Amino acid sequence: MAADIAGTAVRTSRLTRAVIYAALLFFAFYYMLPLYVMVVNSVKPLEEIRGGNMLALPQQFTIAPWLSAWSTAQIGVQPTGLRPYFLNSILIVVPAVAVSTILGALNGYVLTKWRFPGANIVFGMMLLACFIPFQIVLIPMARILGLLGLAGTIYGLILVHVVYGLGFTTLFFRNYYEAFPTELVKAAQIDGASFFQIFRRILLPSSGPIIVVTVIWQFTNVWNDFLFGASFAGFDSQPITVALNNLVNSSTGVKEYNVHFAGALMAALPTLIVYIVSGRYFVRGLMAGAVKG
Amino acid sequence: MSITLQRSAEIPQPARSARERLGEFLPRIVLAPSFAAVLVFVYGFIIFTGYLSFTDSHILPSFDFVGWKNYQRLWSLPNWWIALENLAIFASLYIVICTAIGLGLAILLDQKIRGEGVLRPIYLYPMAISFIVTGTAWKWFLDPGIGVEHIVRLWGFGNFTFDWIKNTQMAIYCVVIAAVWQSSGFVMAMFLAGLRGIDNEIIKAAQIDGATNFKLYKRIIIPMLRPAFLSAFVVLAHLAIKSYDLVIALTNGGPGRATELPATFMYSYTFTRNSMGIGAASAVIMLMMIASVIIPYIYAEVGGGNRGR
Amino acid sequence: MRKYMMLAAALMLGGIVNAAAQEKVEVLHWWTSGGEAAALNVLKKNLEAEGITWEDMPVAGGGGEQAMTVLRARVTAGNPPTAVQLLGFDVTDWAKQGVLANLDPVAEKEGWDKVIPAAIQKFSKYDGHWVAAPVNLHSTNWIWANKMIFDKLGIQQPTNWDELIAALDKIKAAGYVALAAGGQPWQDATIFDSVVMTTGGPDFYKKALIDLDPAALGSPTMKTVFERMIKLRGYVDDNFSGRDWNLATAMVITDKAGMQIMGDWAKGEFRNAGKTAGTDFLCFRFPGTQGTVTFNSDQFAMFKVGQASQDAQFKLAKAIEDPAFQSSFNVVKGSVPARTDVSDAAFDACGKKGMADLKEASEKGTLLGSLAHGHAAPAAVKNAFYDVITATFNGQYTADQAVAQLVPAVQGAQ
Repeated sequence: MAADIAGTAVRTSRLTRAVIYAALLFFAFYYMLPLYVMVVNSVKPLEEIRGGNMLALPQQFTIAPWLSAWSTAQIGVQPTGLRPYFLNSILIVVPAVAVSTILGALNGYVLTKWRFPGANIVFGMMLLACFIPFQIVLIPMARILGLLGLAGTIYGLILVHVVYGLGFTTLFFRNYYEAFPTELVKAAQIDGASFFQIFRRILLPSSGPIIVVTVIWQFTNVWNDFLFGASFAGFDSQPITVALNNLVNSSTGVKEYNVHFAGALMAALPTLIVYIVSGRYFVRGLMAGAVKG
Repeated sequence: MSITLQRSAEIPQPARSARERLGEFLPRIVLAPSFAAVLVFVYGFIIFTGYLSFTDSHILPSFDFVGWKNYQRLWSLPNWWIALENLAIFASLYIVICTAIGLGLAILLDQKIRGEGVLRPIYLYPMAISFIVTGTAWKWFLDPGIGVEHIVRLWGFGNFTFDWIKNTQMAIYCVVIAAVWQSSGFVMAMFLAGLRGIDNEIIKAAQIDGATNFKLYKRIIIPMLRPAFLSAFVVLAHLAIKSYDLVIALTNGGPGRATELPATFMYSYTFTRNSMGIGAASAVIMLMMIASVIIPYIYAEVGGGNRGR
Repeated sequence: MRKYMMLAAALMLGGIVNAAAQEKVEVLHWWTSGGEAAALNVLKKNLEAEGITWEDMPVAGGGGEQAMTVLRARVTAGNPPTAVQLLGFDVTDWAKQGVLANLDPVAEKEGWDKVIPAAIQKFSKYDGHWVAAPVNLHSTNWIWANKMIFDKLGIQQPTNWDELIAALDKIKAAGYVALAAGGQPWQDATIFDSVVMTTGGPDFYKKALIDLDPAALGSPTMKTVFERMIKLRGYVDDNFSGRDWNLATAMVITDKAGMQIMGDWAKGEFRNAGKTAGTDFLCFRFPGTQGTVTFNSDQFAMFKVGQASQDAQFKLAKAIEDPAFQSSFNVVKGSVPARTDVSDAAFDACGKKGMADLKEASEKGTLLGSLAHGHAAPAAVKNAFYDVITATFNGQYTADQAVAQLVPAVQGAQ
């Protein structure tokens, strides 16, 4: 795989290169702007925000907004900050990502290496499921969660996220395993390896890139979800997005923009870290065919 | 590139014990829970929604059948037409601009750029952040009183105006700006992956033949990216139709109802106006729109087997 | 064997004791910040003193919009919260679904029928039974004015429409923003409430906005109402769209704007900023509406959650109507108590006026539900009004077009 060659063999002149760098920097600026605004304004005291220019660097630097957002901001009747909800989010995201990834991997494996009549239809139907708007499923899902006794619990939320993540995880793994040489599988079958042994010994070890892509994708989607978190959580299982919404969209009182931004950054930190640390693998994984044309 | 075999288990098997038979069904058993979940939680719910659209549900689902009444009411509501019109403007701009920027950035980044490792995460990170988080920042930015207009005026351009977000005609374009910001990085990644997958030999051969860079891209490279274009279109189109968080965080459908989109319309009628029947009808229309984009793609991808791979 | 039996007995006993002390109420609301949250916290502490745990489920956004979605999901899932903050017709809509609990035992014991105004009872009761406990009574036909600006320009409190326009002209000419407004449909509709009341009087208000009479909705009076709305729009600054209501209040507080037409929760903002009624700001009824009150009332509707929680629910309901709580909560919130027998000693000048106005209107029969806040018509109709009002206020309809759109929109939403 020509994975690590950074760039094609196209040759360019110096002027062109200068223009290219300029364009790239301009876009970098466009993308960074909101993040910059949020970071810069999250460490200013409130008077400075009210009076001033949102692009200016802080004249008075303070981390009080961050501390407030974490532990003392008013989210409900009690000033608890975002901390308890952060934990809830972790408890929801980690199992949901793990389960949906494993199931996606197994599904992809079955759909590509163990074809049976109708496999393509099954895959097509599962793929279609990626595209459903979530508002539509709120009410019937609530009914089912109630019937299962999972309403208002973390387990209910995990179930919901696993179900609606299956479409994408299956897609990613299926496309990846499609390109995986089947001779190896056949050879292992001749040697008498079982279904799971082949999976564990042959496919899994080479699945690094796609696992990373899938985990990144699922982590982002589940961590950032608001609708399911608000609708299906009980008072002790609300995720951080719901708490952030309460912090930012309250209808009375002084709007403490610096606390809002600090809180928003705090809520975004895990996904940002995941991206920065493993972003390189994301492109690699895409190259390996996560969303192949 | 790779040889894929249609049936992996082609080895003839003499005697089939129960265990072996189980082994043959094992793949299907493994797949079954996921497939069943999708059948129930996706298709079952779609059917449920479809059914609801023919009932007089208001605050909660009811099962009293009312025929086409909800659809008739739906198509007579000015809000719905506004939503559809906005969707047409938004979706076309969003898809075209994201694709153009994504392709452009991917081509630029592909030129053996130093610092690619820094630039790429910068382009990609917006899709990591939820819109409740960035909605506030963008709202500020586009607000004339404290955002771009104010800052440019501070820099001395006293007559500069940029109050699109407060303008009923122009507000939808602000939604486009913010949406493009969030998704174009992902499109860039897709195109970059596609570009990197192109065999350098082909390019070298064309260069030996005397092709200029421009022709190179136009005639050879871009056509080879057709699959990526298709994927990008599908991803963007469905995101445009589903767009909800973005609009709510940025304008809440305003000014007035100027940035209403089908997704916000469906939510508002179902949950705020206690008119679940109409909300369900609008949801059915939304699903039909999504299906009309996705199903042909899926059929082309999967239905014909692995031709031309 | 003996040991096991003793252990079992101890566990059971502990279980019973625990169960008794384990009474809890799960409360869904959207009072997530400012004085309201602090005031609600007082209720929480009062309940805890009685051994009831308060499980807080706050969902902010849209003045309750998100909370309503969450409520729907919870009810559909079969585990509704114990108590939910609801407004006006929403209580009735949910009661129709048969999911609200019967509070008659508490109501009778505490004598609610006598002290809670009939106009509020209309929403707290369904089919003759109490289903919700009103926390407060807000009225929406107020104007909040910056006293410094009024004094500086020599403006007296206007008592009719023409005087109001004259005052607004003066303020605008002096370089201030004459009318501070926030641009969200419900805010536009709040102004609409008052303009209808002053243009047509309480009888017209009732006919058009409560009875939804098409003749009234399509009448020349309604056209005048929309013309006046368009005129008021001329006094609002161009940046108003999407602005939150409390940011508009802040404009009045910080001497940037002269007046705001808003419900009495605006007073909470003045209070938070350390301003005093009569000294820093003025409160008066929208000119031409003195003697009438358009109201809305936050109620905690109690959902059916089974026998086990019923005792806790009753205690919650009782605690909400407790006169001491009514006084302390409403002083902070800016509204007036939902019961008429609470002393006005703790309230400031505007609060006292509000309570007096309420009494007068209740006796005269001019205590009418606010359309903008869900107390004149149900949600579907209310939103149909919103659509037309907000489009007009944003310049998309002329007065004629607005009336032409209004009648079919309201018809269709019923």
